[in-house]
Amino acid sequence: MSYAVSPIGVIIANDSDWKVTLTGGKARAMTQRIEQTFAKRKAANEAVFVGYMMGGDPDRATSQAFLNALPAAGVDIIELGIPFTDPMADGLVIENAGIRSRKAGTTLTTILEMATEFRKSDDTTPIIVMGYANPLHHMGYTDFAAAAKKAGVDGAIIVDLPPEEDGELRAAFEVHNLALIRLATPTTDAERLPRVVAGTKGFVYYVSMTGITGASFAQAGSVKDQVARVKAAASLPVVVGFGVKTPERAREVGKDADGVVVGTAIVKTLHEDGADAALDLIRSLADATHTSRD
Amino acid sequence: MGKPENFAYPDENGRFGEFGGRYVAETLMPPILELEKAYEEAKADPEFAKEMDYFLKHYVGRPSPLYFAERLTEAAGGAKIYFKRDELNHTGAHKINNCMGQLLLAKRMGKKRIIAETGAGQHGVATATVAARLGMECIVYMGAVDIVRQKPNVFRMRLLGAEVRSVESGTATLKDAMNEALRDWVTNVGDTFYCIGTVAGPHPYPAMVRDFQAVIGREAKAQIMEAEGRLPDAAVACIGGGSNAMGLFHEFVPHGEVRLIGVEAAGKGVKSGLHAASLTGGSPGILHGNRTYLLQDENGQIADAHSISAGLDYPGIGPEHSYLHDIGRAEYVSATDDEALHWFQECARLEGILPALEPSHALPRTVELAKELGKDGLIIMNMCGRGDKDVFTIADALGEHISAGTEG
Repeated sequence: MSYAVSPIGVIIANDSDWKVTLTGGKARAMTQRIEQTFAKRKAANEAVFVGYMMGGDPDRATSQAFLNALPAAGVDIIELGIPFTDPMADGLVIENAGIRSRKAGTTLTTILEMATEFRKSDDTTPIIVMGYANPLHHMGYTDFAAAAKKAGVDGAIIVDLPPEEDGELRAAFEVHNLALIRLATPTTDAERLPRVVAGTKGFVYYVSMTGITGASFAQAGSVKDQVARVKAAASLPVVVGFGVKTPERAREVGKDADGVVVGTAIVKTLHEDGADAALDLIRSLADATHTSRD
Repeated sequence: MGKPENFAYPDENGRFGEFGGRYVAETLMPPILELEKAYEEAKADPEFAKEMDYFLKHYVGRPSPLYFAERLTEAAGGAKIYFKRDELNHTGAHKINNCMGQLLLAKRMGKKRIIAETGAGQHGVATATVAARLGMECIVYMGAVDIVRQKPNVFRMRLLGAEVRSVESGTATLKDAMNEALRDWVTNVGDTFYCIGTVAGPHPYPAMVRDFQAVIGREAKAQIMEAEGRLPDAAVACIGGGSNAMGLFHEFVPHGEVRLIGVEAAGKGVKSGLHAASLTGGSPGILHGNRTYLLQDENGQIADAHSISAGLDYPGIGPEHSYLHDIGRAEYVSATDDEALHWFQECARLEGILPALEPSHALPRTVELAKELGKDGLIIMNMCGRGDKDVFTIADALGEHISAGTEG
């Protein structure tokens, strides 16, 4: 292992397995909104509800109004989707939402503008942007991190940046105290899991099945063991996503997980039945999640 | 730039300089690491090499000839032009070299469900062929647009027992077929082997596919030494993802005196914006598991590629080509749809060979280079596929109506 001091004064270790690993001074009071959100729900023995929406779907104005309405409907943490032409981990519902969004002219910059607008009225709900590496890579990781911080974004989930490839973005995020949230999956084996969770910030996103977003959940009831496995490896909250579509399922998952993520069902309802119906769905999902341990 | 003899890439992280890598969802990381390990073991196993050699010789029909294209040489009026006749392989293209290797590896790994993406259908046909021979289930993802323009290959795959799944999303071409194959893999990760058709995708695919295709260059080098007693001045090949070019180039990379020239598809012209020339008209980005040159807009969205050739209609290129480009070891030029159409016809009339639309792109640059090098020059061009699959597209472009004769 070799060390080098980067221009920002953080010590970077070059680990042959994991590329760039930050081992610098302890992370400052970072990812504050995320921590406070989990702390608040935990104190009340409630699970956190994480809601996904595709930014800019079907257009900027509609999408902004929907985004602004999420906290009042019960969303504790917002995952704001960045549209991409080639969303290879997503099912048709989210792919089509991305197509509508891009058609309306949405770019990565638009997504950050939406976050900025949201922050004018809400300074407590965490926003995690979620998408694929190329738009960020094209903007430049350093520029993106600075712009995201300025926009009031708290972190990011980048699907096609596994631990082996996320070193550059993590270094850029560290400068601005942003959380780069990693995914753990059923294929993440016992040897790999500790190393995956070691580099994540804010929370660990457990993808509860092998597959794409929106697929139906095959193995009901197995979440408990999976969550226990990830929690044993991580000192962070664990949220569970993929395959949760109904309040019943959300309630079941929320019994064991620190948080429950719903994406496709929200995006689908917004598109097919409009914002009011989508917010109704969110209220029922959030309520089921919050009260899952009652 | 490293000395020519030091071209030992990729590194342990799958990097060719700053290109390559493993940009996949976490779900796919363990399987690609497993694949890498299995490939390394197979590579070191003489039994695997023996099995591969057997199938390449008796089933694929290797070695393919190195043929002196005398009348094309006369027409060009310069350097001697040789064709490496990989269109004479079983299934009519170089693609089967790689499928043979990957499916023998799949067999070793105990995987019985094979998935593949295809553009022109050549990789799909080759995968379906080898899967049939080895008794494996085969599913081929193909863009809806490509299914229309490559009907004969679609029917061929079905005859071989493969299931062809139409991909309607995005631009409904090769890149979308690759997205869909990745979605399948991430869903069926336990029993499925993804047979990628080109030198792209996450590590170890770019290196593994190159290694399986490198037989082209190894044979060509020995054959040109026998025919001419010296190395060629240049090796020329068309490039979509770049597997036939990498296969021809690899053996010659350490020989700095051999110019390596890749010809991308310029579609209606690189300036028109309607093209598939990632190196000539793109910039570095991340797609389909690797960092490489891509066609993309100012916001990092992938741009649509355009080419009359379905096999070159891809907005990216293998990462090793990006590396050879940046260090200046290989040169990358382009040819338009019209040039490819023109030289397709010239080649048919002069040499009695119907080239596929893909290598038809390499012909105009080969002829120009022959003039530039003069009578003492020596060129090898990879004739990587035969044109039978393209006759309907070509008839269309020439304004003639012929019946497809098969269902679509």
